[in-house]
Amino acid sequence: MKYEVVIGLEVHVQLKTLSKIFCSCSTEFGRPPNANTCPICLGMPGVLPVMNKKVVEYAIKACLATHCEVQTTSRFARKNFFYPDMPKGYQITQFELPIGLNGYINIETDGTPKKIGLTRIHLEEDAGKSIHGENLGRPGRSYVDYNRTGVPLVEIVSEPDLRSPAEAREYLAQLKAILDYAEVSDVNMEEGSLRCDANVSLRPVGQAEFGTRTELKNINSFKFVQKALEYEIERQAKVLNQGDKVVQETRLYDSDKGVTFPMRSKEEAHDYRYFPEPDLVPTVCDAAWIDSIRQSLPEMPEAKRDRFVSAYEIPEYDAGVLITSKALADYFETSVKLLNKPKTVSNWIMGDLLKELKNDDKEIDECPVTPERLTDLLKLIDDGTISGKMAKTVFEDMYQSGKPPAEIVKAKGLTQITDESALAKMVEDVIAANPGQAEDFKNGKDKLMGFFVGQVMQASKGQANPALVNKLIKEKLSS
Amino acid sequence: MHQPTITQAKHQLLEKKYSAVELLDAVYKRIDAVDNQVQAYVHLTRDIARQQAEAADKKLAAGEDAPLLGIPIALKDLICMKDTRTTCASRILENFVSPYDATVVQRLKAAGAVLIGKTNMDEFAMGSSNENSYFKATKNPWDLNRVPGGSSGGSGAAVAANECMGALGSDTGGSIRQPAAFCGITGLKPTYGRVSRFGLVAFASSFDQIGPMTKTAEDAAVLMNVIGGHDPMDSTSANVPLPDFTATLSNDVKGLKIGIPKEYFKKGLDANVEKAVQEGIKTLESMGMQAIEVSLPHTEYAVATYYILACAEASANLSRYDGVKYGYRSEHADNLMDMYTNTREEGFGEEVKRRILLGTFVLSSGYYDAYYLKGQKARTLIKQDFEEAYKKCDVMVSPIAPVPAFKLGEKLDDPLQMYLSDIFTISANLAGIPAMSIPCGLSQENLPIGLQLMGNYFDEATLLNVAHQYQQTTEHHLQHPAL
Repeated sequence: MKYEVVIGLEVHVQLKTLSKIFCSCSTEFGRPPNANTCPICLGMPGVLPVMNKKVVEYAIKACLATHCEVQTTSRFARKNFFYPDMPKGYQITQFELPIGLNGYINIETDGTPKKIGLTRIHLEEDAGKSIHGENLGRPGRSYVDYNRTGVPLVEIVSEPDLRSPAEAREYLAQLKAILDYAEVSDVNMEEGSLRCDANVSLRPVGQAEFGTRTELKNINSFKFVQKALEYEIERQAKVLNQGDKVVQETRLYDSDKGVTFPMRSKEEAHDYRYFPEPDLVPTVCDAAWIDSIRQSLPEMPEAKRDRFVSAYEIPEYDAGVLITSKALADYFETSVKLLNKPKTVSNWIMGDLLKELKNDDKEIDECPVTPERLTDLLKLIDDGTISGKMAKTVFEDMYQSGKPPAEIVKAKGLTQITDESALAKMVEDVIAANPGQAEDFKNGKDKLMGFFVGQVMQASKGQANPALVNKLIKEKLSS
Repeated sequence: MHQPTITQAKHQLLEKKYSAVELLDAVYKRIDAVDNQVQAYVHLTRDIARQQAEAADKKLAAGEDAPLLGIPIALKDLICMKDTRTTCASRILENFVSPYDATVVQRLKAAGAVLIGKTNMDEFAMGSSNENSYFKATKNPWDLNRVPGGSSGGSGAAVAANECMGALGSDTGGSIRQPAAFCGITGLKPTYGRVSRFGLVAFASSFDQIGPMTKTAEDAAVLMNVIGGHDPMDSTSANVPLPDFTATLSNDVKGLKIGIPKEYFKKGLDANVEKAVQEGIKTLESMGMQAIEVSLPHTEYAVATYYILACAEASANLSRYDGVKYGYRSEHADNLMDMYTNTREEGFGEEVKRRILLGTFVLSSGYYDAYYLKGQKARTLIKQDFEEAYKKCDVMVSPIAPVPAFKLGEKLDDPLQMYLSDIFTISANLAGIPAMSIPCGLSQENLPIGLQLMGNYFDEATLLNVAHQYQQTTEHHLQHPAL
């Protein structure tokens, strides 16, 4: 049987407000346990939540950036369940009246564009973290860190519009870029500021109704989203092919083993008993406020990509890579301002720069090479001081040492040989040493040009100016 | 020296008849003398009170003044005061020390009050007799074999027995007014949103209000001036102007219309109560007010609606007491689930558990629409009843409770009977209107009877005005227990 895959994602995103959603505690990451707490976020007897207006503003931004309709009135509810890292015994979250409805984002896989619907965006508070004593040399005990308790979250729920793990991954990438651009979140999956649960089901091709779905949790990277889904699709297909039924359940992904396994049913047998939060009044977003936020929204990734293509005349592919994060796009634009050679800059960023960052597992904002240094390096190629090949060595050094390119060039004695008479001598030597190839070249075997240039470059230890070498070889062999 | 009203004591302090420390000592002496019988207090805050009294004396000597400067005030033990225990009369919070001040406590402190101790109550404010306290049952100062009412029974008894000048209580379904009636004092439940709930341990968030329990309406006005008003820490506190309630106490009440809700005078009313309340209405008429019959047609649904909605909110509000962060934790647990269940099993009393179960049930999947949602609809209808009635009258008058203070143990085994004793007070909490209880006479058994005055939204001023004028005309509020 051939199946169609149906995937919907629920993405939790931490908003990067300075203070928590219902109290004035800091949201700073990495503080000592329970440093960012107060009676309110600890759920002490008698405390009350007060809405942080900045959180609503950020949520509105997230809605607008994903084409959601911002609701004039939204409302919080209590979601009741016991967990040690949830101090009140309920989570304050939006349920019946979320802040955003009916949005979409555009994705593109294998060159095919597709619109993915967003069912809703709702606001809620994050929970804390349980720390098990085994990790602290205190087995049998558990500790709770409430620093994260009350950090604002939006949950973004997609329609079941995704049809493959690759689409799911692309959706996430686009969503991440959009939220990054809107400057509402750090969208860092490893640090937990972006978390993803996936609903997946299979149905025979051509069937309208959905199959039974499973929900996958505990997925903490883009790669694992794709892998977990791939595994789960295969598993469900096997179940269906055996004539069995898929059980509706929550499954956890084990990234070490690359498998999903069912959460114990006891842990998921929840009746959350939602009801309107009586301690908060409805959240009202009037049209004027929404409009002013709309005005303040920065350029979104799609618009930026289109502008890059038209303004800088770089290929769509390049533009697509450069806009994956706002910081990267900014890096590109800053560089182009310093050196107006967009395609050259783009090549260097997409090539050497991203390769080094990837090797180091770093983000662009942690890059030791600033746009100034990068463009200084490219200028050294332009004025003939070094060759493109030398520049690659200099770049590696610059990335590691953080030194200015000119200094590295000087220290390594990498200056290009542009003395024509010295190069002419080298060219002559090479021709003399390879008479057969010289004869073939003269008889029209143009491809041998590369061979001769290579020989000269080798002889000069890479320092010869390649353009000049080219010119000299042509002169010598055509005469 | 322990007997004056707040207003009298204020004058006497300013006239230097005695110092704040002397007044405090007199009050503690009274507590030491009678509280082993009355048992109004859960614990006293002697050191803090003494510091506050000494500070008040310094200010008085310097010629400074503040609305409650040097006045000994008691707090119901679900109002948080920094660095002191707030137990809610529950085992689960027996040793909980609050790290912060409730907004009302901040305001009392700023007004110069001397905070002498925390009063007993039904556990988490759930009850009408004070018998649901984990620690002890407070006795009615008028008859030590009877209950003081609840849940603010400790505050009511403390005021009636002259163990403080005034107290704060909280009222979720009559918890200020019913003990005020049973103890023969004045109690006001303000409009929902008038007084900040920040620092009031929640029972039912959309019902709870803190209010004054005092010897006179005038004192209630003084306390309301201090504790009322918008608070940015409580999103449900109303951003409406706070009038000076003492300024309108002497206004003429002639021509005001008093509505008599006919549904409140049906069968089951004790003859003593009926007589006293009818006399109270006659007195108000004699003062120039005009009585008219009004109708609150959905009254019969009030008790059921209240117990559905209040318990639903309570079931969530009390989830935080799980043994993880503070308060009681069961020793008998090897895993998390056992820790939760044993902590709550051992830490909560029967009535609290009953209401958590009830609230959990009405919110459960499959029952939500039939109970919680229907309850919300009934609440809207009850609210509309009041809005309609206030088109015809300025205040409404009714009994507070069907009977005067009942005997200890009398209703303990019959929760439904206990719930029904709140039948006249619950609607004000469902609607959110202000309401108060003032003494209107004694029964044949020498037990106080309370008259309920219900006002329009944010119109505590009229209630206090009528109550004060009534107290200028009558002497019911001046009667004291023999204790």
